[in-house]
Amino acid sequence: MIGQPASKIKKLPMNKQLGQALLYQMMLIRRFEEKSAEMYTKEKIRGFLHLYIGEEAVATGVMHALKPEDNVLCTYREHGQALARGVDPGAIMAEMYGKQEGCSRGRGGSMHLFDVSKKFFGGNAIVGSHLPLAVGLALADKKMERKQITCCFFGEGAAAEGEFHEAMNLASLWEVPVLFVCENNQYAMGTALRYSHANIDLEKKAPGYGISSATVDGMDLLAVMKAAQDASKQVRKTGKPFFLVCNTYRFRAHSMFDAELYREKSEVEDWKKRDPIAQFVKYLKKHELLSDKEMKIMAQRIEEEVQKAVDFAEAGTWEPFEDLLKFVYSENS
Amino acid sequence: MNDNGTIITLTYREAIKQAIRDALNRDEKVFLMGEDVGRYGGAFAVSKGLLKEFGPDRIMDVPLSESGFVGAGIGAALGGMRPIVEIMTVNFSLLAFDQIANNAATLLHMSGGQLNVPVVIRMNSGTGRQLAAQHSHSWEPLFAHIPGLKVLSVGTHEDARAMLLTALTDPDPVIIFEYTSMLNIEQEISSEVQPVDIRRAKVRKEGQDISIITYGPGVYKTLEAATELSEAGIDAEVLDLRVLRPLDEKTIMASVAKTHRALIVEEAWQSVSISSEVSARITEKCFYELDAPVQRLCGIEVPMPYPKHLEDASIPQKDQIVAIVKKILQHEGV
Ligand SMILES: Cc1ncc(C[n+]2csc(CCOP(=O)(O)OP(=O)(O)O)c2C)c(N)n1
Repeated sequence: MIGQPASKIKKLPMNKQLGQALLYQMMLIRRFEEKSAEMYTKEKIRGFLHLYIGEEAVATGVMHALKPEDNVLCTYREHGQALARGVDPGAIMAEMYGKQEGCSRGRGGSMHLFDVSKKFFGGNAIVGSHLPLAVGLALADKKMERKQITCCFFGEGAAAEGEFHEAMNLASLWEVPVLFVCENNQYAMGTALRYSHANIDLEKKAPGYGISSATVDGMDLLAVMKAAQDASKQVRKTGKPFFLVCNTYRFRAHSMFDAELYREKSEVEDWKKRDPIAQFVKYLKKHELLSDKEMKIMAQRIEEEVQKAVDFAEAGTWEPFEDLLKFVYSENS
Repeated sequence: MNDNGTIITLTYREAIKQAIRDALNRDEKVFLMGEDVGRYGGAFAVSKGLLKEFGPDRIMDVPLSESGFVGAGIGAALGGMRPIVEIMTVNFSLLAFDQIANNAATLLHMSGGQLNVPVVIRMNSGTGRQLAAQHSHSWEPLFAHIPGLKVLSVGTHEDARAMLLTALTDPDPVIIFEYTSMLNIEQEISSEVQPVDIRRAKVRKEGQDISIITYGPGVYKTLEAATELSEAGIDAEVLDLRVLRPLDEKTIMASVAKTHRALIVEEAWQSVSISSEVSARITEKCFYELDAPVQRLCGIEVPMPYPKHLEDASIPQKDQIVAIVKKILQHEGV
């Protein structure tokens, strides 16, 4: 069974080293996002900025189940996935600054992080637009008899788009190995799940296309890891798609322009009680896999790593005007 | 300015909101539908407060499903309603392009005149906010290409206040482009709502030396350039196209016949653009009036880069307008 709460998972390979590495990952994402918000108010980062705070367990848990050769595609809310995939934090921050040392040479900004060396095929800012691309990448792998799978992250809002439904049908029809990960953070901008979907049990969308599916508590890292491991294993074994719904919550506004008129503060506070990082810290401490001192050292290391990323971005350079027409056609890139 | 009205100051955003409110008050069949128009308060706060005022039946939040809800808006118009369909930004209209081009624009013709489609589709367009290559393009030319559509561009506060109201009296599909970068700009207008003729371009500043033809965010930018030019002794006329389809040739040609020179300014990419069409028509219709070749200042043909300096370099700037005009007039100091 997929998607059981952590308490019911009998034998999870969790040791001190792995546990602390995962915690580091989640805390790095959180701190990086806080710093990004700060740099946005300082106008170092411009355009749209969508933070992942509250949803860290999803990217961390799912990415853990992936192999380096697997493809990853994301939305505009993708800093967390990029970090969890191992994209260099400095290159991400520099990208958000618009510097040419950024992972997309400064051309993309926050919503378009790319690092093909990490098989990270970008943040896409058109909702639902990357789902068909994921199917195509998986189709190419199938045709070329490569063993990797493709993992595609998207929000529950995207699941109302036609492109979602077309992609699901195609993936199933062509039997291609895509792990669809729906991050249900309850809102598409200000539109609550119940106002976007006639059937709010998102998992049920999959069987209609002949796709297996599961739902997991996306605030529980261990549960996400287990669910993603099981799901990815199944995709690898069968070569067929799988639809995994992770129920989660964004603690912050949709973007930096959102007055949050559509939800109660108390609702946000309730979800914060299920903070994925706090929960995992509790788990590690309970099993004596983490001491206060280690936690403190970890926080310090993260602070340094984030500061290093900022320094790297600050030290970065602007692309010269003469290069403006670069990357329009391959010949000139 | 209408004598009856007092002068009020309001933002472009507020002007649009007041137009929507008027439309809802005037006709029970009018309703607003779009992503986050209600509970969120509108992606750009244009419809903020309207849900409370009019309720969820008339301020209808829709799921992310552009092809679906735009198609449904077209259907509702066929069924006798008067929908104002809001597409959050023009970038997402590409997902609904099929509905607009293949249904809204064609049903009258395909049905041999039996069905008209009185739908108004509003969307935000424009550049300048560092939103990169999927959120910054000016797709107006794409829509202006299509017979059956009427395509409007809201370049001033007066038009923001009243264009929608005229559009809602039109029997055919009207596409209205509004501009995110203008939402916070304040202007003085008459409190008396001035009807907008949506068949006519409008001279925003009269002049003798050159016609600067533009639309949308180009209007205020060009007016600023014209002020600077007048300090240099150049009297530029500023013509706001306002309706991008069908083009108001009469007003364009009258202006060019007066000034004998034309510069067309637009943010969209130059190739196959509104300026391509205007330029061609001027050449066809009043070639012998011209004292200089028609010139164009358009967006650079690159998907929009994120960094500010490259974005600025990709779209027409006031200083460039001034420089080109001086060059066309072979003014000293260029
Ligand atoms: C096709 C399209 N329509 C609308 C938008 C504007 N928009 C950006 S994010 C968003 C909400 C998406 O919600 P969801 O898919 O649940 O992801 P989340 O932002 O919650 O992570 C909307 C409406 C867009 N970018 N693309």
